[in-house]
Amino acid sequence: MKNSYGMTMGIAAALIFAALLACSGRPDNTRTQAAPTQPPPTPQTIYVGNDPGSLVVYSGRSESLVGPIIEQFADATGIDVSTKYGSTGEIAATLLEEGGNSPADVFFAQDPGGLGAVAQAGMFDPLPSEITNLAPTWAQSPNALWVGISGRARVLVYNTDNLSESDLPDSIFDLTDPKWKGRIGWAPTNGSFQAMVTAMRELWGDDRTTDWLRGMQANEPSVYPKNTPQVAAAAAGEIDIGLVNHYYLHRFLHEEGDDFSARNYHPRAGGPGSIVLVAGAGILETSQNRENAERFLAFMLSTVGQQYFAGQTYEYPLVEGVRTNRLVTPIDDIIKPAVDMADLADLRGTQRLLRELGILQ
Amino acid sequence: MIAPAQPTTDPAGNQEHPLRQGRHGSSKRVPLAILIPAACVGIAMLLPPAYLLIRGAEASNEAWDLLFRVQTLHLIGRTGLLILLVTAGSALLAVPIAWLTTQTNLPLRRTWAVLTALPLVVPTFVGGFLYVSALGPRGILQQALEPLGVDRLPEIYGLPGAFLVLTLLSYPYVLLTVRSAFQSLDPAFEESARTLGHGRMSAALRVTLPQLRPAITSGGLLVALYTLSDFGAVSLMRFPTFTWVIFQQYQTAFDRSIAAVLSLVLVCMALAIVLLDAYTRGRLRYYRVDAGPSRAPNVVSLGRWKWAAAIFLAAVVALALGIPAGVLLYWLVRGVLAGEPLLAFWSAAANSLAVSGAAALVSMACSAPIAAMVVRYPSKLARAIERLSFIGFALPGIVVALALVFFAVNYARPIYQTVWLLIFAYVVLFLPAALGATRSSLLKVSPDLEDAARGLGRTHTQTMRAVTLPLIAPGMLMGMSLVFLIAMKELPATLILGPLEFKTLATSIWSASSEAFFAQAAAPALVLIMLSSIPMAFLVTQEFTSPAASKSQSP
Repeated sequence: MKNSYGMTMGIAAALIFAALLACSGRPDNTRTQAAPTQPPPTPQTIYVGNDPGSLVVYSGRSESLVGPIIEQFADATGIDVSTKYGSTGEIAATLLEEGGNSPADVFFAQDPGGLGAVAQAGMFDPLPSEITNLAPTWAQSPNALWVGISGRARVLVYNTDNLSESDLPDSIFDLTDPKWKGRIGWAPTNGSFQAMVTAMRELWGDDRTTDWLRGMQANEPSVYPKNTPQVAAAAAGEIDIGLVNHYYLHRFLHEEGDDFSARNYHPRAGGPGSIVLVAGAGILETSQNRENAERFLAFMLSTVGQQYFAGQTYEYPLVEGVRTNRLVTPIDDIIKPAVDMADLADLRGTQRLLRELGILQ
Repeated sequence: MIAPAQPTTDPAGNQEHPLRQGRHGSSKRVPLAILIPAACVGIAMLLPPAYLLIRGAEASNEAWDLLFRVQTLHLIGRTGLLILLVTAGSALLAVPIAWLTTQTNLPLRRTWAVLTALPLVVPTFVGGFLYVSALGPRGILQQALEPLGVDRLPEIYGLPGAFLVLTLLSYPYVLLTVRSAFQSLDPAFEESARTLGHGRMSAALRVTLPQLRPAITSGGLLVALYTLSDFGAVSLMRFPTFTWVIFQQYQTAFDRSIAAVLSLVLVCMALAIVLLDAYTRGRLRYYRVDAGPSRAPNVVSLGRWKWAAAIFLAAVVALALGIPAGVLLYWLVRGVLAGEPLLAFWSAAANSLAVSGAAALVSMACSAPIAAMVVRYPSKLARAIERLSFIGFALPGIVVALALVFFAVNYARPIYQTVWLLIFAYVVLFLPAALGATRSSLLKVSPDLEDAARGLGRTHTQTMRAVTLPLIAPGMLMGMSLVFLIAMKELPATLILGPLEFKTLATSIWSASSEAFFAQAAAPALVLIMLSSIPMAFLVTQEFTSPAASKSQSP
């Protein structure tokens, strides 16, 4: 009996370490196996065209969203792409911690806030104009440090059993009307929400923004940690209106079918409530694979890349000539306010305001 | 020998057992073979707080403004209340389950034992969402009750929801430790008490319960510290705790130094909880001069209470496992019917098993020298190492992961982004789970047994192998299962420290669920639950054929 413990533990240990060696060794195997298929290198030969090299992408966007298009890029170019996935906050913090030692070539982020933090730390290299010219000016950072890849609109998601579109206010400001008391949800800790408030301060000024925030607080909104549970809550009728990004609804419709009881509404009077934000990417100063990194960004902003985001993630393409998904409100039908991503730099000021009002903890 | 002797309390408040004075005191020198590995593990455990001090020192005034506010006290109060409720709830749920599945003739008790432990593997970042879907004001339950005229259920959000989700998903910490304590309980104590005129209830309260105390408190401590570090459940249940503020710094403010200052407060809260636990635990002696229970436990015949017990267990399993698994199954079926493609995740499953298994083994190995030092050579240093080891467990995973990024990138580049650093991170995060198990099993082994073996000419190593290890093996197996189960669901450290392209079941669940790909999240989540039941089943079968129990076949 005593031996059986030792034996089981020994066997378990051996199995686990064998498995570990297998999984830690796998990437190396593929590399060493790939090498012999190349012609034996001679000192004079430089395989610029033959060996496409590698690329390390740190992605703050989840694999379920961008995994397929990154794979497509690797297949099309032959570049050996390795990706690290996490939330934008986690990846940004990891990059800041790695500093000059970072193995990353590209940071692909969900929102301008994460890109701004890495840009502020001086870790991005300016992008060449061939890349920045691909995207509209409103969708990139001031010093060409990062570029938008896809657009995401702020919307009101509403419950279709209790409300029809005509019941909804022209401007997000009117949500402060007492008739909405107890019927609204928001996610003040969410990056996109804070970017919207920054845009609001830009468009309305701090006083009117404060009025709006106070008015919203008076209506006792339900506080959600992020967008997904808010869309679910709106469909369930737990809240009537939620302040979210537009594409989550389409994921739900895809999974639950058309009788899902929530729809998006872009405020018809425009203003900060119908701003379009971007997900974007930049190249790290310490990148060892700059050329591949530029090819990556160019690919994401190519027709193929943009069609992927329009078709598969329900986001807005940023390049002329690529059509928005037919289920999504065309970008030209949204009354977009005149705010550039570069105007959204004062994230801190927004957070301070939200804290002073007790909206953030 | 255990409970009947009243402990005395010295002026400093330390409880001292009258029988133990002098004999096994701190006068004995710690062998270097124990001291050196214990010190190394202790140093590893200090990496996260060291990192926090380095980062915290860079913090601007804004950090202090954030800290010294009325809200901070308010948040600490809320966090404390939640910890108290969840810990008490977990103990109240776990002790009866542990008793029913080890000491009674309940039908199918091995199956119950496995099922009641599994909620531990449900990650709270998806678990919280599952409970809202099921029990929310307009969730699945409400829809089922709609024909009865129920239009809206009472709000689950806030303290009740956070309490419910955290208790249901973390009571197995206490369950596993208490089960293992019940396994090594000697029925002779309770019988002696009964012959001395105590009723069944009185014997249970005055003899059995005190023997379970180290197990209950060590499991309860894990629940308390887990609650302190959790973000998933409290955020989805909309009950802001102190950890919420730290996450805000990482997620939207991108300020690591403010996050570090706030995390240091969390470290202080954790140490306060650990000291409180140590104070209440005292220094009672729990061993007897015997090789273990001389007989299997007396099986309590439940009689007609069998049904009541089965209903209780069924209710717990339905709430803690049935609801999450049911909603996951619903997501999966709905998504597949809607034509949602399912991605292959076999390599993710293999990775999960491999790194969690390795984490369990390495944690157990690292806990051994510390446990040996704490139990056999108690000293201030031993206690300090033990207590500091809880810091990693109480910190949110992202903090520990960033600390290790900092040290590895600067000082251990070759292991950066390898599975070895990831396993190291798991050890820093989960060591207390292993240590609690090793420590409480070692506490029950009398040093006299070891001394006797030494007196008969055995070396240290021989004694260890022939006497100590067999006696503590069941406890260590339990500790390994515990580490395995919590490593299976670990997310932030796996994302941040895993090799490039490294996927586990937990990262697959997160990747899909965070973007509302529900069917794609459900499949790996269900596989996670199923795979985790394998080591649990193994553990349960081991318990029932343990040396102590089999010896009883021929009394």
